[in-house]
Amino acid sequence: MSQSRQRQPLTYRSRILQPESERAADTHPLTWRLRDDGETVWLDEYLRKDGYQAVRKALSEGDPQTVIATMKKANVRGRGGAGFSAGVKWSLTLKGSGHPRGYIVCNADEMEPGTFKDRLLMEQQPHLLIEGMILAAWANNSRYGYVFLRGEYVEAARSLNRAIEEARQAGWLSPDINGSGFDFDLAVHTGAGRYICGEETALINSLEGKRANPRAKPPFPGQSGAWGKPTVVNNVETLCNVPAVILHGADWYQGLSGDRSEDGGSKLYGCSGPVANPGLWELPMGTTGTEILDRAGGLRDGLRLKAWLPGGASTGFLLPEHLELPLDFDTIGKTGSRLGTGLLTVVPETTSMVSLMRNLEQFFARESCGWCTPCRDGLPWVVKLLQSLENGQGEPGDIEMLEKLAADCGPGLTFCAHAPGAAMPLASAIRYFRHEFEQGIGKPRAQAHQDPIPAGQV
Amino acid sequence: MTDSIDTTRIISSDRFELHPADETAIVRELDHYEQPQAATIEALKIVQRRYGWIPDGTIPAIARVLGIGPAAVEGVATFYSLLFRQPVGRHVILICDSSSCFLTGFDELKAALVQQLGIDYGETTQDRRFTLLPVCCLGACDGAPAMMIDDDTYGPVRPEDLDTLLEGYP
Ligand SMILES: Cc1cc2nc3c(=O)[nH]c(=O)nc-3n(C[C@H](O)[C@H](O)[C@H](O)COP(=O)(O)O)c2cc1C
Ligand code: SF4
Ligand code: FES
Repeated sequence: MSQSRQRQPLTYRSRILQPESERAADTHPLTWRLRDDGETVWLDEYLRKDGYQAVRKALSEGDPQTVIATMKKANVRGRGGAGFSAGVKWSLTLKGSGHPRGYIVCNADEMEPGTFKDRLLMEQQPHLLIEGMILAAWANNSRYGYVFLRGEYVEAARSLNRAIEEARQAGWLSPDINGSGFDFDLAVHTGAGRYICGEETALINSLEGKRANPRAKPPFPGQSGAWGKPTVVNNVETLCNVPAVILHGADWYQGLSGDRSEDGGSKLYGCSGPVANPGLWELPMGTTGTEILDRAGGLRDGLRLKAWLPGGASTGFLLPEHLELPLDFDTIGKTGSRLGTGLLTVVPETTSMVSLMRNLEQFFARESCGWCTPCRDGLPWVVKLLQSLENGQGEPGDIEMLEKLAADCGPGLTFCAHAPGAAMPLASAIRYFRHEFEQGIGKPRAQAHQDPIPAGQV
Repeated sequence: MTDSIDTTRIISSDRFELHPADETAIVRELDHYEQPQAATIEALKIVQRRYGWIPDGTIPAIARVLGIGPAAVEGVATFYSLLFRQPVGRHVILICDSSSCFLTGFDELKAALVQQLGIDYGETTQDRRFTLLPVCCLGACDGAPAMMIDDDTYGPVRPEDLDTLLEGYP
């Protein structure tokens, strides 16, 4: 309830840990406008800080294809976790004569465990996202936009709704944006829970007022998405990169990462878990895990690092030795993990990998949409096996069974990437820390588990 | 949330009438979408804001406003975790049980909550003050362990903070 907002000192506040003096317009396109006091940057301030200049530029140049070409060249890779080039995606959207104008949907469902970046961008800088969405709409000839926002992000909903109203009043939204003749408007659509809503085709079903089961691909949303119209789905951070790319160009964007990474640009990196200063920083793409962990002040209470997740619960575990690697999509991909959202979760030596995996798989089992068997039935089984191992009640063959269940959830075997996301941390945890799983085997083979298929228990 | 209406007595009835203000609010939502069905989740939330939960009779009533079948509305109402098809307490506590919170004291916080309230997940205190539910990562991992009470997000929360925190929600 809104009246109780200020009264508790424990109220959570989203924040960036770099001071304004460290964030410059030409190096920190995502965060340079953010204020040290953490207050939202509203329209006047946004306009003073080059706001809506990219929309002005793109619309006056008059050709959406230029925007797509620049985005392709800049190679802004999707920040929702999969790393697909936004420019390439946009070039594939059906548009032009014979095609209805469709939708641009911002994926603001942020529920990947360990991820807290989109919240900051929406709460404190809503106009940057709106500007990015206008540019995306222009490039894709979209008629209308939605910010698909998770229901718990009450503060983000407030700032986005107010900013949309400001932008509309000032002529930056429909029916004739800044005198260009281009019309576009958008609305905030708030969800009602369930991680699976973040999967882009489940999100579209949810937007249409249905249960959030994913859809088969193809057709891809860019061909047939919301209400059968071409629909572009992009993550908040991806869209927030667009204005600066259009304003300063693809070469500038590529240059932001210097020689750290083939991937250009900057990234909103973060770190959480038992570290001294958990938080967020905008850094060049390809910054190493070491630098991020340093910025987070290292582990707290004298704890030592055992493992880490590079970008959320659905990425694979990495070891301390991997901290030296540049955190970009291809480098982390080569380790067998994924960059994911780029927000590190730190695991100390004192935490049992079996218990942590049990926690992660409880999440994946609970959040399965129930459509495919390996995911719906396999993941609760995984949880059960992990619980047995955690209690020293595992039996010989359990680890092999976990490996098999993880393999059954591998890429391409299920309807969506939720199950592969559940499999990746499990497979990597067993690969790197098998001895911890083996320690949980306490029973001889003859004594079967009491209840191997715990229907409805997780 | 309103507690003046005994919502548990509003049971399934095709004659259930939505509150006129709710019906207006639902109809206003339709402008945003190509098809009325898209307003289903928002309609359910509007009803939930009034009654604290989604009483049976509201399902066919919403279906009539949206021009869709009641099964479609019920399917949605039972899919999403923040839509409550059973009565809940005056305040809903959502405790994050995801990885960063797990690594920073979730177990202790949850145990303290369970002990203090005398309820576990999915339960409501006898005085109908609190309902306790788990929630996915609240996107507040730099403030872990985190939790929400109604619309407010808190973190990091230690077991010893709970007394003062809960006091704010009579
Ligand atoms: C189970 C699941 C959950 C997802 N959750 C999110 C999410 O919360 N936010 C997000 O941006 N992408 C999420 N994604 C990825 C989206 O499906 C999609 O790839 C992304 O929104 C595309 O935007 P991008 O290319 O800008 O990253 C999720 C994917 C899966 C399989
Ligand atoms: S993999 Fe899991 S979440 Fe994805 S469609 Fe299948 S059952 Fe649903
Ligand atoms: S894991 Fe609890 S807020 Fe992210």
